[in-house]
Amino acid sequence: MLATVIDYKAGNLTSVVKALRHLGAQVTVTESPFEIAGAERVILPGVGHFSATVRLEKTGMATALRDIIGRGIPFLGICVGLQWLFAGSTEAPGCGGLAAFPESCGRFSPGRKIPHVGWNSLDIRPGSRLLAGVPNGAFAYFTHSYCAPLIAATVAATDYGEPFSAAIERGNVMGVQFHPEKSGETGLQVLRNFLEWRTC
Amino acid sequence: MLTRRIIACLDVRDGRVVKGVQFVDLIDAGDPAELAARHAIAGADEVVLLDITATHENRGTLLDTVRRTAERLFVPLTVGGGIRTADEAMAVFEAGADKVSINSAALARPDLISEIGAKFGAQAVIVAIDARRVAGSPVKQAEVFVAGGRKPAGRRVVEWAREAESRGAGEILLTSMDSDGTRSGFDCELTAAVSRAVQIPVIASGGAGNAQHFIRVFREGCADAALAAGIFHFGIADVRTLKEQLQIDGIPVRFPC
Repeated sequence: MLATVIDYKAGNLTSVVKALRHLGAQVTVTESPFEIAGAERVILPGVGHFSATVRLEKTGMATALRDIIGRGIPFLGICVGLQWLFAGSTEAPGCGGLAAFPESCGRFSPGRKIPHVGWNSLDIRPGSRLLAGVPNGAFAYFTHSYCAPLIAATVAATDYGEPFSAAIERGNVMGVQFHPEKSGETGLQVLRNFLEWRTC
Repeated sequence: MLTRRIIACLDVRDGRVVKGVQFVDLIDAGDPAELAARHAIAGADEVVLLDITATHENRGTLLDTVRRTAERLFVPLTVGGGIRTADEAMAVFEAGADKVSINSAALARPDLISEIGAKFGAQAVIVAIDARRVAGSPVKQAEVFVAGGRKPAGRRVVEWAREAESRGAGEILLTSMDSDGTRSGFDCELTAAVSRAVQIPVIASGGAGNAQHFIRVFREGCADAALAAGIFHFGIADVRTLKEQLQIDGIPVRFPC
């Protein structure tokens, strides 16, 4: 199992890489769009600010990712990586996302602690390949202030004063708002499903 | 529903977990990697490694301990003790930590909070505050202490917590030095004052002795998470048993699958 993890200087990749290796994956970490072109599956991690994703456009990585997604290569965005699949985020109004989904991400409304930090439950829609084997109501670890709305591609919703997309999946394009590398056995199962994902 | 977190803290000296009352009479409590894994299996939502030697010569030992502990730990791992610069924080992150906890270095140079945050995200920076207050005095007057609770830092706890938040801290780890090691309960009043003063999550620490103490600090102390060290060693109270008791009392907690 080969997995390519994109490094765009947005935080720490150690935990993601470690979890993938633990599951038996051969992991390549790269910031080069050329290396992405030959990838078997791609993971876009990300902690921090949406504006960090500007680097993806600047380096040509965004174009390379559009290309591999178009060719059916499995793609998983984690945290800000999920949000980047949308058209944009109010966190960085000037920066566009990939716009695989036309909606935008926004900040949690006031009246609760922000960021949303900790273990929250997943309300799982049946039929998800990414979440196969994860029991409904399982807990995952989140840490974020902005979130994606519920859309047709939402396969898990989580509630934090308002429901938001905890996981999305449309064909080979997948994203999780939680950190699968930090979500115990639940998270490892999600990563395992992604690593075993095959185009039908 | 967002659950309340139970965090297991391991005090580490020279690569071994130690346990003592207020850092004296230290007893060897085992291997950090092994204990961290055991706590995670029992349901600890996070693990904190606190380096209590924190001398320069032993940084290598600490990084090795972090590496070994992170190897098979798939819940968030925080490392604290002696981190003074963004470069030292980076070494700890590269060894496998997800967050760092900074204390006296942040007081000495508050810019450290934003420096680490800018590079690794605010979620990766916990500002630890050691608090003391004269029994019965108003919580507003609680003071920040450094050097293991021996030296006053000349700051009020609530005000410093607010400043840490405005400088980009992701969470506050609030330890009541008065309660620490006593097993007589958390300082709920102080925890509530800090929790209401900031938007970011507050982790209560110091004084955990039984399940009722956790219930009270979640209810009355408005804590988002509670940390304990001593009671989880030697099997005195494991996380699972604690969580079962919290659940019966209506506190939302997570059980691992």
